[in-house]
Amino acid sequence: MTYLFTHWHTVAERLGEHVVLVGVSLAIALAIALPLGVVVARKPRAGGITLAILSAIYTIPSLALLAILVALFGLGTPTAIVALVAYAQMLLVRNVAEGLRGVSPAARDAARGLGFTPLAQLLRVEFPLALPTIVGGIRIATVSLISIATVAAWIDAGGLGTLIFEGLHQDDPAKIIAGSVASVALAVVADVTLRVVERIAARA
Amino acid sequence: MADNLERARGSRIELRGVGVTYPGGTAAVRDVDLTIAAGEFTVFLGPSGSGKSTLVRTINRLIEPTAGTILLDGVDARTLDPVALRRGIGYVIQAVGLFPHLTIAANVGVVPRLLGWDRARIAARVDALLALVRLDPARYRDRYPRELSGGEQQRVGVARALAAEPRALLMDEPFGAVDAIVRASLQDEIRRIHRELGTTIVFVTHDVDEALRLADRIVVIAEGTIAQADSPDRLLAAPASGVVRSLVGIDAASRRFATERPLLP
Repeated sequence: MTYLFTHWHTVAERLGEHVVLVGVSLAIALAIALPLGVVVARKPRAGGITLAILSAIYTIPSLALLAILVALFGLGTPTAIVALVAYAQMLLVRNVAEGLRGVSPAARDAARGLGFTPLAQLLRVEFPLALPTIVGGIRIATVSLISIATVAAWIDAGGLGTLIFEGLHQDDPAKIIAGSVASVALAVVADVTLRVVERIAARA
Repeated sequence: MADNLERARGSRIELRGVGVTYPGGTAAVRDVDLTIAAGEFTVFLGPSGSGKSTLVRTINRLIEPTAGTILLDGVDARTLDPVALRRGIGYVIQAVGLFPHLTIAANVGVVPRLLGWDRARIAARVDALLALVRLDPARYRDRYPRELSGGEQQRVGVARALAAEPRALLMDEPFGAVDAIVRASLQDEIRRIHRELGTTIVFVTHDVDEALRLADRIVVIAEGTIAQADSPDRLLAAPASGVVRSLVGIDAASRRFATERPLLP
């Protein structure tokens, strides 16, 4: 554990990179998953096919996916973000669709009958009611991405994985432990925080 | 309160040759000709699957008729924007469908908000409506739907439907999910509200007694079409067909007796 304390500034820097990598990926993933989730919820057949494709992507080992993407986009952070966005889709889209499908038919019928436009119905009734499930998806996706993002260091995308890979090459277990501990701590903090958000969303 | 509940005039609703055929080819509604006078309390009475709910939902265009025309105060409903049309027609359903994430006040004020009323006007209107359906505004305004009983929830459902001073109110089996005592009191309330506001009401039920209690006119619907449209008294005295007779029941005579002389010795 000594490295963690003697080189805390290096660890903090890598941690910062990690947070940015995961944060940017999540934001992009969510921007795609929200509309996609709406489609999946409304079109059962097209939705089933979409989820099957996203599940297939999710099962590709992270090293293999990164290798394929490097061949297409080269080394670096943007390529890692593409991979993380792809992984997050399955978790996010599934929960967005599940949340929307869970909205009571009565609330939907009432909203339409009272004169909500389709967009107002989605934004003011369906999304708020689906929010706890959607936040649940964000939580699972965040924790997964924090873990998967450590591998991204392998394609020069930075982050806490850098410490782990350096430790492996330099035969320096302290570095490996520092990278791992920081990654796990980040995942735990994210999980706990988002659980609180989830509970607040469910109460509102 | 009087300022906020001015008597709104009801709409005249005309159905001309209205039919609804589903893509599979089944006709849920066929050849319905009916004129509902402004301010009339009309009850669509029929067994489940008779097409009465489908028919009422064509009036606010939740279901588009595949044949015929619907006129609202003489204007073809197809020429109106469906969203604007629905904001002008109250809608109450059996499952109530209050929005669980909104307070009672926000639920009641939802259509005025869509219409862009200012905050103060909405707040005043919400309080007036809660009082109209006999829920103390101070007690109920800030509560959530899940904290209310079924009967209270449906009172809120009625208040919400009336919020933007609609000229017509569509009620699809609104009291079907509450117990008999609560139902009777809700029936009294809706009759009183109808008297006070003069709104045209189209009320769907499969309950003969409910129809007899509420209606100015009962429209019996069977197999997607009108079997008879008459006042409660005439319906009991002269059922037009076997279908109507079987629906109003073998004890039609005793029912008629009861409606005429409610205090038998």
